[in-house]
Amino acid sequence: MSDRDFRIITKPIRKKDAMQLLTGQPVYVDDITPSDCLVVKLLRSPYASAVVEEIDTTVAMYVPGIEAIYTYKDVPDNRFTTAGQTFPEPSPYDRLILDRRLRCVGDPVAIVAGENEEAVDKAVKLIKVKYKVLEPVLDFHSSKDSDIIVHPEDNWQSLADVGADNKRNLVASEEDSHGDFDAVIAGCDEVVEGVYHCKANNQAMMETFRTYCQIDTYGRLQIISSTQIVFHVRRIVSNALGIPKSQIRVTKPRIGGGFGAKQSVVAEIYPAFVTWMTKKPSKIIYSREESQIIASPRHEMEVSVKIGSDKNGHIKAISVHTLSNSGAYSEHGPTTVGLSGHKSISLYSNNLEAYKFTYDVVYTNLQSAGAFRGYGAPQGIYAVESAVNILAKKLGINPIRLREINMVREGNCMHSYYGEIATSCTLDKCLEKAKNMIGWDEKYPCRDMGNGKIRSVGMAIAMQGSGISFVDVGGATVKLTEDGQFALTIGAADMGTGCDTILAQMVAECMDCEIEDVTVYSADSDISPYDSGSYASSTTYVTGKAVEKACLELREHLCNIASDMLEADSDSLIYSFDGIMTEDGSRKVSLLDIATKSMCGNSETVQVTASHSAPVSPPPYMAGMVEIEIDRETGEIKVLDYVGVIDCGTVINENLARIQAEGGILQGIGMALYEDINYTDKGKIIENSFMNYKIPARTDVGRIRVDFESSYEETGPFGAKSIGELVIDTPVPAIAHAIYNATGVMLKEVPFTPARILEAFDEN
Amino acid sequence: MEIKFILNGKKIATEIGADTILLDLLRKYKCYSVKRGCETSNCGLCTVFLDDKPVLSCSIPAARVDGRNVTTLEGLQKEAEEFGAFIADQGAEQCGFCNPGFMMNAIALLRENANPTDDEIKAYLAGNLCRCSGYEGQLRGIRAYIEYRNGVNNVR
Repeated sequence: MSDRDFRIITKPIRKKDAMQLLTGQPVYVDDITPSDCLVVKLLRSPYASAVVEEIDTTVAMYVPGIEAIYTYKDVPDNRFTTAGQTFPEPSPYDRLILDRRLRCVGDPVAIVAGENEEAVDKAVKLIKVKYKVLEPVLDFHSSKDSDIIVHPEDNWQSLADVGADNKRNLVASEEDSHGDFDAVIAGCDEVVEGVYHCKANNQAMMETFRTYCQIDTYGRLQIISSTQIVFHVRRIVSNALGIPKSQIRVTKPRIGGGFGAKQSVVAEIYPAFVTWMTKKPSKIIYSREESQIIASPRHEMEVSVKIGSDKNGHIKAISVHTLSNSGAYSEHGPTTVGLSGHKSISLYSNNLEAYKFTYDVVYTNLQSAGAFRGYGAPQGIYAVESAVNILAKKLGINPIRLREINMVREGNCMHSYYGEIATSCTLDKCLEKAKNMIGWDEKYPCRDMGNGKIRSVGMAIAMQGSGISFVDVGGATVKLTEDGQFALTIGAADMGTGCDTILAQMVAECMDCEIEDVTVYSADSDISPYDSGSYASSTTYVTGKAVEKACLELREHLCNIASDMLEADSDSLIYSFDGIMTEDGSRKVSLLDIATKSMCGNSETVQVTASHSAPVSPPPYMAGMVEIEIDRETGEIKVLDYVGVIDCGTVINENLARIQAEGGILQGIGMALYEDINYTDKGKIIENSFMNYKIPARTDVGRIRVDFESSYEETGPFGAKSIGELVIDTPVPAIAHAIYNATGVMLKEVPFTPARILEAFDEN
Repeated sequence: MEIKFILNGKKIATEIGADTILLDLLRKYKCYSVKRGCETSNCGLCTVFLDDKPVLSCSIPAARVDGRNVTTLEGLQKEAEEFGAFIADQGAEQCGFCNPGFMMNAIALLRENANPTDDEIKAYLAGNLCRCSGYEGQLRGIRAYIEYRNGVNNVR
C-alpha cells in the first residue's frame, strides 16, 4: 500500500490498553499468577571471581517450608547463552544454570525454592559454601590476552564467526573498512582524535524481572514472563534445561517496561528449572538491587575516533575503534559493538572516501551486559559527534554548517552501513527545523547571563536501524471474527511502546475498519505466529509489513466467500468494511454475513498468517539540540530545553511516536548527567538502588520538545521506519557539545557531573 | 497482632505480623494496583491514601493503619477513569507500571490545589518516577484535565 491519504495511520489514536493500565487493573505477571506457589530466590556470589570448593545445603533444607535447593551438582552441563537473538546466536554459549566457577559478584551459587519468602530467605543464609577466591579481571583494558582467563572451560562454544576466543578473553573481534583510510587521512588538512567512555547504564524499567512457571494439562512447562521475546525464551530454556522446545510454552502478559533489558533471559531459567524438577508452580521476582547489579545493562564502551577533513570542512575519513566490556558473559557483546561504528560513521556518508572500524569485545569479572535501547549506537555516536563538534571549532565552521556539508543525504551509499542506500532521508530538514526551534543562531555558542550562570547550546545528529536485515522475522495472523470484525495475533511484545495499537491501526487501515473493530492478542509461543520479538527497532517496520501482507491476503479470501454468496467473479468484487459488493454496486454482502457463512458449509479460510523479513534496515534519522544552564560556581547543570526533530518515515501514531521520543530523550539526558556505575576494587557495584542510581525525575529537566520531518520509506508498512531506539542517541553528544561551548572543554566520560564541569572550567 | 481498618470503604479485620508492610498487606487483599518498584522508597509506585493523604505503602508498617482509612486506586475508579482519559489521550501511560502511583498522587494534588502551576505539578509529583514517558505527556494530560474541569465548572 502506498496511498498516502491515510484514514487511521498517522492519527493520534489512544493505546488500546490505556484505560486498563491507568485504572490499575491487574495485568502484569505478579498480578495474574497465583501467589500460593513456590518462591524462588538465589544465593549469589560475594566474589568477582571464585570457585565453589564445597557447598553444603543440609542445614538449609531443614528450614520448614523449603522444597528444594539446587547447586552446580544438580544442573545440566550444557552451555547456552541468555541473549535473546535469532539462532545461531552471535553471543557465544558460555553459561550454565549454576556454575562451579563464579565470574562476577552476584553470579548464582544456589537456587532455593520454598513455600514462602521468609523460609527461602532463611535457607539462603544457611547454605554453607567454601569458596576458593581467585584474582579477577576488573579492568577491561587489560582483559584481552590476560593471564587470567574468565572462561577457561572446554565446553565454551561460539556458534557464529564473530572473532570470539575464550582463551584470549575475547567475546568478539573484527575489522571492517572501505577505501584506503591511511592514505586519505594523511591527505586531510585537519584531523581530530579522541577517546570517549560510556558506562554500563541500567534500563531501570519500573517492573523488575519476574517469571511464573507451572506444569500444564499435558505435562509441559508453561512460562509466564515479563519478556520481549517469547520465542527466544522457549529456545533458551530448552537449551538450558536440556528439554525439547515442544515441551515448553511461553506467554507474556503486559510488560512493565523493557528497553532491551527483557531481551535477555535474565530470570526465567531459575523458576523454569525449579518447576520442571519439582513439577510445582514457582515464581521469581527480582529485587531492584538484583536488577541493578546482576541483570543486562548497557555495554561499557571506550570508543577511539579519528576524523579528517579538508580545510573547507569536507569530512573524508573516519576511523572508529571500540573496546567493549561484555562482563562475565557474552550476551549481546558481538552485536552491540557493531552499532558503535555502523550507526556513527554512516552519518557522514556524503563526502566520506574511507573509513576503518575495528573492535574488541572482552570478558571481565564484572556484571554481564545485555541489550539497552540504542544497542551500542549511543556510545559510538557520542564519540563521533563530539569529534565532529571539535572539528567544527578547529575549522571555524558553524557545527550545523559542517553537518550540512557532510551528513548523509537521500540517495547516498552508506558503505559503513552494509553498503545500504539511504532510500528515505530527511535529516537535512530535521536539522533545519531543530535549528529554528532551539533558536540556534541567536544562542550559539553561549551567553553569560550576568548572574553567575552561563547558558549554551549543543547539537548532535543520529541514526539507528529498522530491524535486523536478513535476520528478523515478523509474523501476524489476521482473522475475521464471528461478528464480522478482525482479530490480530502477534508474537511481538508491547512493552508499553504501543505496538499492539500501532499494528491494530495497520489492520484497520488495510481492512477499512475502525481501531475498535480490531482486537489484539500477544504473545504466546503456542498460538502466535513466529516473530523474533520486540527489539532492534523492528516491530513497526518488520512485523508491520507482515500485518499488511496478512490483511491483503485475507481480503482475497473474504472476496472468495463473497463470490460464492453473490455468484459473481471474485476478482470483480469491491471490498469495504461495509461489505463486499459487485462492480455495479447492485449486490452486496456484509462482513457479518461472510463471517456467519464462514462457519457453515465453508471451505475457504478466514484466517491468514503472514511472515516478513527485510533485506534492508532503513535508518530513521534525528537532529537533537539542547540549551543548558551551568552555574559557574557550583558546576550545577540544568537542561532548559531539548529539541528533537525526527525522520522515522511515516509516523504511524503521532502521540505514541512523540512519547517514545520524549521518553528516549529523557533517558539519554539521564545517561548524560546522572546515571553512573562505579565498582569497588573488589568488583562490587556501588549504585545498587534508586537511592544512588539516579534516573531523571520530572523536576530535573526544563522542556523536551519533539517534532517530525517524515520521509517515506517504500519498503516499510505505509512508509514507516522505526523510532524506539533512535531517540536515546543524541542527548549525550549534544549536552557534551553544550558544555564544550560553555567551558571550552569536551568531556569524554559520562556522566557529566558538576564536579567534572568545574574541572573543565579550571582546565580552560 | 490483629488490626482493623477500612480499605476502599470496606471494613477489614486481619492478623498481621509486626513486620508486615502495608504494601504487601494491600496486595494480599487483591489491591494489585499497588506496585513495588524499589526497596528504597524512591519510585512512588506504591502510593496510596492513608486518611486521604498520599503515602508510600512500602514505608508504612501495616500496624500503623489500625483504625484508619486506606484508599487504593481500586477505590477511586471513577476519578481514575475521568482523569486517566486525559493521560490516555496523550499516550502517556506507556508501560503502565508506574500509572497507579502516579494517578493516586496526581488525584491528591488536584484535591489540594485545583489550579496548580506547571512547577507546582512537577514538585508535587517529583517522587513519582516514570522511565517511559519523559513526563511531558503526563504534564500535558494533567493540564488538559484541569482545563476541562475548569471549563465544566465555568459552565455550571
